[in-house]
Amino acid sequence: MSQADLLDQDPVFQLKGSMLAITVLELAHNDLTRLDQQLAAKVAQAPGFFSNTPLVLALDKLPSGEGSLELAELMTLCRNHGLRTLAIRANREEDIAAAAALDLPVLPPSGARERIIELAPAAAPEKPKEPEFRPSRVITTPIRGGQQIYAAGGDLIVLAPVSAGAELLADGNIHVYAPLRGRALAGVKGNVSARIFCQQMGAELLSIAGHYKVAEDLRREPLWGEPVQVGLTGDVLNITRL
Amino acid sequence: MAKIIVVTSGKGGVGKTTSSAAIGTGLALRGHKTVLVDFDVGLRNLDLIMGCERRVVYDFVNVINGEATLNQALIKDKRIENLFVLAASQTRDKDALTKEGVGKVIEELSKTFEYVICDSPAGIEQGAHMAMYFADEAIVVTNPEVSSVRDSDRMLGLLASKSRRAENGEEPIKERLLLTRYNPERVTKGEMLGVEDVGEILAINLLGVIPESQAVLKASNQGIPVILDEESDAGQAYSDAVDRLLGKDVPHRFLDVQKKGLLQRLFGGKE
Ligand SMILES: Nc1ncnc2c1ncn2[C@@H]1O[C@H](COP(=O)(O)OP(=O)(O)O)[C@@H](O)[C@H]1O
Ligand SMILES: [Mg+2]
Repeated sequence: MSQADLLDQDPVFQLKGSMLAITVLELAHNDLTRLDQQLAAKVAQAPGFFSNTPLVLALDKLPSGEGSLELAELMTLCRNHGLRTLAIRANREEDIAAAAALDLPVLPPSGARERIIELAPAAAPEKPKEPEFRPSRVITTPIRGGQQIYAAGGDLIVLAPVSAGAELLADGNIHVYAPLRGRALAGVKGNVSARIFCQQMGAELLSIAGHYKVAEDLRREPLWGEPVQVGLTGDVLNITRL
Repeated sequence: MAKIIVVTSGKGGVGKTTSSAAIGTGLALRGHKTVLVDFDVGLRNLDLIMGCERRVVYDFVNVINGEATLNQALIKDKRIENLFVLAASQTRDKDALTKEGVGKVIEELSKTFEYVICDSPAGIEQGAHMAMYFADEAIVVTNPEVSSVRDSDRMLGLLASKSRRAENGEEPIKERLLLTRYNPERVTKGEMLGVEDVGEILAINLLGVIPESQAVLKASNQGIPVILDEESDAGQAYSDAVDRLLGKDVPHRFLDVQKKGLLQRLFGGKE
């Protein structure tokens, strides 16, 4: 293989399957006037309820015999209420054609969604298999101020006190079965599901995937000094009793 | 085989030299041939505390550089059998203490002495590193205050990772805590850490608690190790510590506030 061929194979992108929480507007009747009124009523109840909200317009539940739908008009109406159409869900020939004319993606009718998400990763190029088992790093002696321990590619397990001024780092989880008085940074390469477990939380800093809390905040925690686990929800560090 | 004991702390002025002198003297008093080695090149005050500063001819660095033999440089204590001092140089640079040179001297001392007590300088630089590098045991001198505890903690990390034993994968240095300048009254008032607090943070064996005492200053001004002042609280506390070092199980004293008697309260008591 030539140099150029090798370069060609170097991936410039990655396909990822993702579950997005998205609003679906399922149209029960082909009546844009009433839709307009009812959407306006909804927005009046809760101003700002929709603001540039991504939307899938579901036309597949429309009863047959309600006549043909003005898709462009429907989209404008939705847009006026803060809903922005990303795609439609449809099964009628004419709706699919109307979407194609507007260059709008068409999703298969409801019930077939699961299949899409399964299909997406399968379409991605096959990556070399990652090793399934990465040994944890286990430390049994006290970690003193000025010392730094890093568990690359896995978990860090410490069975002795971690002093103020010491720093623990792990790509995976961090467990401390003793007082933790130093800094602990789990998921340092961005693993947002990494966690920190410790028997006595007196840390100078706790961080997961770059989201951290410093001692000033930690000391105000009701769980200061207690056995806790630390996890990430969104970009908020959650500290809960073990 | 000699036991090499380093008296160390990280922080300066906590009582390393005072403790080295007292403990070395205590070991010699109990019949163990002991040498005190001053690693504090440039400052040199172990000989002052031991009261032998006027008899220093050659020092540690002279021996390392081959300018004097060990026998020429060792100063024999006038009061106590079995006790010797190897003074630090006042004029040389700290870098004179090379690993090779120090290693040779320690090895030679090990042949004739039971205990080699290494009085470490403050800090974590070359001098302090050399003082602990060859150690079998460490006495970590700590004052009951946060900064001193932190520095001791740091030093414990170095003992566990930067010593000869650590580098050779041998059994780690035996670590012991000596809490000095302890003032129970100030602990009660919350101005100082208590012995439990320090013990919990450092999590090592407690060799002893030496009270803050006027006797220490008095003794060092006279060039007499405070352990020889048998009446004093500090002297007794050091004596207990030496017994513990030799494996005796001695209860800790001087941890609580002394209740003053009526006369003492009226006329004021000695410390
Ligand atoms: N237990 C004590 N009570 C009162 N003063 C003390 C005590 N221990 C040490 N000191 C004083 O503290 C100062 C520093 O002691 P020193 O032994 O020279 O410390 P280091 O060798 O760690 O620098 C000296 O002035 C000494 O007299
Ligand atoms: Mg000193």
